[in-house]
Amino acid sequence: MQTEGRIQDEVSHLFRRESGKMVSVLTRVFGPHNIDLVEDVVQDTLLKALEQWRFRGIPENPSGWLYTVAKNKALDIVRRERLKNNLNDEIAYLLKSEYSVIPTLHELFSKSEIQDDQLRMMFVCCHPSISQETQVAMILKTLCGFGVREIASAFITNDEVIQKRIYRGKQVFREEQIALELPSEVHLEDRLDGVLQALYLLFNEGYSSASSDELIRKDLAEEALRLTLMLTENERTALPQVYALSALMMFHLARLSSRIDESGNILLLDEQDRSKWDERFIARGLEYLDRSASGDELTTYHIEAAIASVHATARSSRETDWAQIVVLYNKLYDKNRSPVTALNRSIAISELKGPKAGLAAIDTIENLNLLHDYFLLPAAKGEFYSRLNDTENAYKYFTEALNLTDSVYEKKLLQKKIARLE
Amino acid sequence: MNEYLYLLRGGDEARIAAKNDPEAWGAHMMQWKTWIESLEAKGHLSGGQPLADSGRVLREKAKKVTDGPFIEGKEIVGGYLLIKAKDLDEATEIAKDCPHFVYGKSVEIREVKQLAM
Repeated sequence: MQTEGRIQDEVSHLFRRESGKMVSVLTRVFGPHNIDLVEDVVQDTLLKALEQWRFRGIPENPSGWLYTVAKNKALDIVRRERLKNNLNDEIAYLLKSEYSVIPTLHELFSKSEIQDDQLRMMFVCCHPSISQETQVAMILKTLCGFGVREIASAFITNDEVIQKRIYRGKQVFREEQIALELPSEVHLEDRLDGVLQALYLLFNEGYSSASSDELIRKDLAEEALRLTLMLTENERTALPQVYALSALMMFHLARLSSRIDESGNILLLDEQDRSKWDERFIARGLEYLDRSASGDELTTYHIEAAIASVHATARSSRETDWAQIVVLYNKLYDKNRSPVTALNRSIAISELKGPKAGLAAIDTIENLNLLHDYFLLPAAKGEFYSRLNDTENAYKYFTEALNLTDSVYEKKLLQKKIARLE
Repeated sequence: MNEYLYLLRGGDEARIAAKNDPEAWGAHMMQWKTWIESLEAKGHLSGGQPLADSGRVLREKAKKVTDGPFIEGKEIVGGYLLIKAKDLDEATEIAKDCPHFVYGKSVEIREVKQLAM
């Protein structure tokens, strides 16, 4: 018999992974409008597993065990709901007849169907009538098996805010009669854009969120990659921009663990131990970047992945091809006209031509006022002044940056920089 | 387009025997699912269910209730389907592919009657 603690650990990981799958499949059975019912079935299934596994140990095939229980629960409810015509329209005729309901449920819980249903669920969560922040919360809740508290922690907000978002998301599920299916050919690329944006946001939330919970951050980033890779495994959604986003995530993930030292300090690019970068992620990133190079559309994901690849393949900060990076930031800026991109470009320019050029580049940023509460702007200026040995200005801007960020890591880093000035 | 009732009769013993072989039974259920999918795809499906062996029969203008139907196994109605077809010939053709024939005996095809005003 396993110890309580071990069961807890193994189970919570398994539950998170499997609950996303079960939610997707059961949504296919009952329809997105029944999302509450679906979540209840999954919750009941997990509870039953906890009760039984505690005494009998974890079964040999825990996923199979969960699916069997979920299937049986689903069958009971299908038999009840079919008399009320409250099933997913698309397959209701198969669920209504006893001649077909059982083989249908077995088939829905097969591997390929589970995979497809998760894809379909991604498109449901990213329906255009759901706001982007709610889309991300719905993805985490339904597809990644995150609890409200974990989502709140990832977004550094309270449970209530997340509860509200999920409530709104579910309301759209119910009211808009969203079908659990991949969009038709005409709408696919548009809708895919929305999905990619949500996944990109999810990844960034993990990669650069201010949450101090390192585990949750890593989970978020890895979940974003897992879902993006799922899109590359379906022929309809395996488009160049999806490969580009996958590559971008891989390059960043390769460096994730070397960004923070043992005492929780952010390490700058030139301080990171590059031998700790994950070679396999970099190799796969390059492979996916290669695959993204088909078609004639150059998306921002392509350019950002290319920038990340230059960093990931450079042997040191000094040996980085900053000229290439500036060129890429120019391209990116042409695409998104974002002052954040322009700010990042100015940092690359300072690496290439020195801090004075960096400061000059910042001065020419259009709509700079949009960045008035973005901590990276004073942080970059402080860094440039510090390199110019202008301690007074460096101190002023670092302090300003310190007041603009909630991230414990960023705060520590800025404090370190201020300490160095003295 | 008319509606037809299929009365699926007989074959209980063979079916019970088959249930002891989960693989064969699983394959048989899959045949049913595939058939129902094809009926739906062609617009023939209205519905259908298998029926339990036991039930009741009301006789003598509902004055007498007996357990029933108590018909010989090979004659018992074990299920029904409601099918949309353009005529009796088409309904008959469709019924030939019914998985009921794997273990069952007969399918009786009856057109839904239109009553006069």
